[in-house]
Amino acid sequence: MARALVTVPATARRGEVIEIRALIGHAMETGYRPGPDGKVLARDIIRKFTCRYNGEQVFAAELHPAIAANPYLAFFTVATASGTFEFTWEGDKGFSQTETARIAVT
Amino acid sequence: MKPTAIDARRRRLAQFALAGTALALSGAARATQEQMAAAITAFTGGAAPKQGKVTVDVAQLVDNGNTVPVTVRVASPMSAAEHVTAIAIFNERNPQSDVAIFTLGPRSGKAEVSTRIRMATSQKLTAVARMSDGSFWSGSADVIVTLAACIEGEG
Repeated sequence: MARALVTVPATARRGEVIEIRALIGHAMETGYRPGPDGKVLARDIIRKFTCRYNGEQVFAAELHPAIAANPYLAFFTVATASGTFEFTWEGDKGFSQTETARIAVT
Repeated sequence: MKPTAIDARRRRLAQFALAGTALALSGAARATQEQMAAAITAFTGGAAPKQGKVTVDVAQLVDNGNTVPVTVRVASPMSAAEHVTAIAIFNERNPQSDVAIFTLGPRSGKAEVSTRIRMATSQKLTAVARMSDGSFWSGSADVIVTLAACIEGEG
């Protein structure tokens, strides 16, 4: 399990635009870089990130090797109701990780 | 004057600098402007994006090409009737033209996305936004990179 860090405000007013930041520990090996033996290392990146808010997708990203190691994404969404954010990262070599965060909307 | 060890070192440094320039110029695995244009066309489905509405916020001079913070902003009310549906970032001279494609919607509230990217060399970044009415808008920024992200053993 890679270490993931997700920042979601604990509380928000209904209709407020909130910022969400997601960071995950991953080497994002580009597939263009030689290893210690001089051979090019195989690509190993996170290809897809999705953020679901109470089950509905509010943000998604398709990532390519040009994204830096430990991919960081910051985006916005409207706080509509109390509930759960679900963040999923999927990538090469069967990489898949899900994190959740709760928000209370008043 | 007799050549000293320092002179010899200077010559070696000069040769090294020349070799570095040659590597930067050859760039066999680098994408080109044409490839970036092709990648943008693939994203827009043939339509030519109009200039404007999109701002690419990135430092003009970057010390380390391995992590370059980039923020893309699109001027849009982000309402149900008029919003940004996708933002894509492209580059000119990395091995691949695509950087990332973000999917947004009316629930985003604000058309702004930040991430950190790799840049192989000094180049132009272009962001293209797809609007809910099907139009495409683009904006770009030129970035000078002093230490490149390592590709093909150059780094």
